[in-house]
Amino acid sequence: MYDTIIIGAGMSGLAAGIRLAHYDQRVCILERHYTIGGLNSFYRLNGRDYDVGLHAVTNFTEKGAKKGPLARILRQLRFKWEDFALAPQKGSRVVFPQAELKFNNDVDLLRAEIARAFPSQVDHFEDLLRKVVDYDDLDQEMFEISSRTILAETFSEPLLIEMLLCPLMWYGNAAEEDMAWGQFCIMFRSIFIEGFARPYKGVRLILKNLVKRFRGLGGELKLRTGVKQIVVEDGHAVAVELDNGEQITGKRILSSAGNIETLRMCSDTSEPDPRKAGQLTFIESISVLDREPEMLGNQDTIIFYNDSETFHWRRPESELCDIRTGVICSPNNYEYSDEDGQLADGIIRITSIADFDRWNNLNEQEYALEKLRWYDRSVASAVRFTPDFRDCVIDTDLFTPTTIRRFTWHDNGAVYGMPEKQLDGTTHVDNLFLCGTDQGYVGIIGAMMSGISMANLHCLRD
Amino acid sequence: MAPAEIRSVIIDILGDIAPDEDLSTLDDAVAFRDQLELDSMDFLDIVMELRKRYRVQVPEEDYPALNSMASTVEYLTPKMADVVAT
Repeated sequence: MYDTIIIGAGMSGLAAGIRLAHYDQRVCILERHYTIGGLNSFYRLNGRDYDVGLHAVTNFTEKGAKKGPLARILRQLRFKWEDFALAPQKGSRVVFPQAELKFNNDVDLLRAEIARAFPSQVDHFEDLLRKVVDYDDLDQEMFEISSRTILAETFSEPLLIEMLLCPLMWYGNAAEEDMAWGQFCIMFRSIFIEGFARPYKGVRLILKNLVKRFRGLGGELKLRTGVKQIVVEDGHAVAVELDNGEQITGKRILSSAGNIETLRMCSDTSEPDPRKAGQLTFIESISVLDREPEMLGNQDTIIFYNDSETFHWRRPESELCDIRTGVICSPNNYEYSDEDGQLADGIIRITSIADFDRWNNLNEQEYALEKLRWYDRSVASAVRFTPDFRDCVIDTDLFTPTTIRRFTWHDNGAVYGMPEKQLDGTTHVDNLFLCGTDQGYVGIIGAMMSGISMANLHCLRD
Repeated sequence: MAPAEIRSVIIDILGDIAPDEDLSTLDDAVAFRDQLELDSMDFLDIVMELRKRYRVQVPEEDYPALNSMASTVEYLTPKMADVVAT
């Protein structure tokens, strides 16, 4: 009998596992995939290491900072700041045809850019900052109000609203078109006030440290172990049945499999859940270059681009992908330490919005062909906003919504899960709780925070 | 454990929870919250570490007793009287 069974070995499940194992619980993490990490995993292809989700770790604060989510999770998991070895970004941009805004890990740059590009909105931006700082994290009612409504009340320049929403939606909005105000505030702080960083060795360094710690505390991790069913009797989970038929028991279950996905596993739910799964998923076109992006004049860590004055954040209407907007990430453009130096290859990653069903319905031959086609198209779209690198490409890869589904097991390969979040993590089963994207926090630091806070709230106090 | 030993136990726990804090200047009479960057998650950790290390249970309704070092030591003195210092 375990004290807690955790479903999913992503950032949230591993962080929760560490908390519980540290306090002497018997903990088992079950992971369906053959590797850890969930959305923030990694893979190897043609002799090169690739990250899946990671463009940047958001919520970056310098060593010694006592406030903010990074400091909090380090304390809660008893890690040193150095354990994540985060190198800060060089600088990023939001680019629309009519204007651009540079930003980095000091909000003063964004402030100055708004004064330059939108001089009439300077005071309004200060109003927004006050509202964002005052927002209280776990207030469900305030969480769900419309960001577009609040932004329209705050600013008189519609283009600036679109430009502020673009990066925040790209890095964490599960809903189409509009964004919950709570999610906006969390994302605004994590991107514009705190900022971007990356470990030289990528996400695998963070994952390696999490797993090492979890196992060192006596935690069990079972890979290739999917959950077939959560056996529920009278509103109480009594066992977990694995894909191989084995049953294991735990006092409680913490699931990062997603809200709908978790409830579907429960033996007492026969009706399909009427709530909507998330719709937003991506393709990622990865180009390996024969030189550093900087040699082509590309010094941007991340570019969020949109090719018209209105930002469309929704599932593509008629094609496999929508390439009017995208994210260009150059993992080389971080301030790595002199010791680490530069990455072995120049890398450019481009993210575009995609449609899960259309990708999922392709046969094998079509799938291979569409991957090549959309790699070309997404890169052609992106080089309107960054120096053209197409002559320097020595290897490419493209992953799709079906890849994301394989890593995350989320319906539709929905990168940020369901639009409606379950902030308190409870379900209809009294000892089954949610953590991860569908609880409410996204991103690497956010996911760890979700695991920690749900472990603290539901699994430690007995 | 005597009150002085309990105090050093709490200092040890705080050192683990918040390694970047300077605890040498801690004023025992002033609330932790007013001199250290501790949030509610950190307060839970003080309770959890006491349970883990010394099997001392602090029920939720008693959490206000852990407001400052002086009140914490006073509260824990009878509870930890039989605990042998290591």
